Amino acid sequence: MSKVRLLVGTRKGAFVLNSDGKRKTWKISGPFFGGWAVYHIKGSPADPSRIYASQTSDWFGQIIQRSDDGGRTWEPASNQFKYQGRTGKHLWYDGKPHPWEFKRVWHLEPSLTDPDTVYAGVEDAALFKTTNGAKTWAEISGLRQHKSGSQWMPGAGGMGLHTILLDPRDPQRIYIAISAAGVFRTDDGGKTWKPVNKGLRSEFMPNPTAEVGHCVHRIAMHPSNPDVLFMQKHWDVMRSDNAGDSWTEVSGNLPTDFGFPIDVHAHEPQTIFVVPIKSDSEHYPPDGKLRVYRSRSGGKEWQALTKGLPQRDCYVNVLRDAMAVDKLDSCGIYFGTTGGQVYASSDSGNSWQCIVHDFPAVLSVEVQTLK
Amino acid sequence: MIRLILPFHLRNLARVQGEVALDAARPVTLASVLDALEAKYPMLTGTIRDRDSRKRRPLVRFFACEEDISNQAMDKPLPEAVAAGLSPLLVVGSVAGG
Repeated sequence: MSKVRLLVGTRKGAFVLNSDGKRKTWKISGPFFGGWAVYHIKGSPADPSRIYASQTSDWFGQIIQRSDDGGRTWEPASNQFKYQGRTGKHLWYDGKPHPWEFKRVWHLEPSLTDPDTVYAGVEDAALFKTTNGAKTWAEISGLRQHKSGSQWMPGAGGMGLHTILLDPRDPQRIYIAISAAGVFRTDDGGKTWKPVNKGLRSEFMPNPTAEVGHCVHRIAMHPSNPDVLFMQKHWDVMRSDNAGDSWTEVSGNLPTDFGFPIDVHAHEPQTIFVVPIKSDSEHYPPDGKLRVYRSRSGGKEWQALTKGLPQRDCYVNVLRDAMAVDKLDSCGIYFGTTGGQVYASSDSGNSWQCIVHDFPAVLSVEVQTLK
Repeated sequence: MIRLILPFHLRNLARVQGEVALDAARPVTLASVLDALEAKYPMLTGTIRDRDSRKRRPLVRFFACEEDISNQAMDKPLPEAVAAGLSPLLVVGSVAGG
């Protein structure tokens, strides 16, 4: 029988949760790296026993941890992230040039085929890669050296490269997203990049339709349909049918189109999930009701999913990396909140169970489907 | 041997308990102690001082003989009591944040 393993990064450590295919009872291990913020923890699709974690602290900096036994034991790996070539400058909050400074790893994206190869998205925004299981990291510098790099500016949470999508059909094609620069795509394995933000509109920008500067919160793809992308932007839920070359808004009947995560059903490429948040000033659900919204048509028409979720006095947030879907026949969906709850659905979101009540604030949730 | 006391999180990271004993090069300075520490515990590289600039991380402090020596030059000799192993060098995480 299949099993699932949830990997949860929190403000004060990492947790590993295991369940069988029914997903009703969970065994919790952790905290690992207690007291440290774990921005992201993700397993290799090529070897599920291999897991990487980004452990970070304002005091002691960045640590990368690696497990070779499914998260039972961990070893520190290299934490050396050195920008390649001329460090350069980007724009700071005051609009003045500011040197690129490495702060932390926001996102780890293991290769689809090689457990030793991992991409790391970091703050200040850059993309790094290891091909030796995190013993060493090298910057894919073509991205940061894009001609627009000097105009990138941090969002309120920092200038993080937070999303990395690998095209399963073409290993040369990678998408990344940066707050607040937007989405970039490479078609040559990272040598050259181009902004793919046409159709995005951000009213806070001097030019709301500029090529770069958009605060993209998250993008998602279904592996069977990699030219179709979905985006949760600072405001607006967007969709592209041409690998990001152009985007159209699909917010439709959502109660608010602000939010952070977006994800795609494992078996239905047009079924997507978001968690609407009231506004960028409030960062909690509208009306105190925690609702996942599902569209079965790739956007525009949305249905509130509420069964098992708190429908009064709920004022948590769900961060951009804190939602994931499993690949079991009845697709499971998971998300964690800044209030420390983890919710799970084993029926495509129709009903939900709170499987953890009292973790530290959840920063990321990933799931592995195991045989 | 130099006696070094690491903060809780770095003891966990290095998997050590209590004090760390280090054989640092003479003259004993913050730099030579950290060189010895990072050679013995490579996972601590970059956690106390920046890898490239070799500067102390902003929220890390150093104490020796009940004095805050965080801002002294990395190549300045440490007090003889520390160099002789009579008194420990303390690496402390600043009291800040939540």
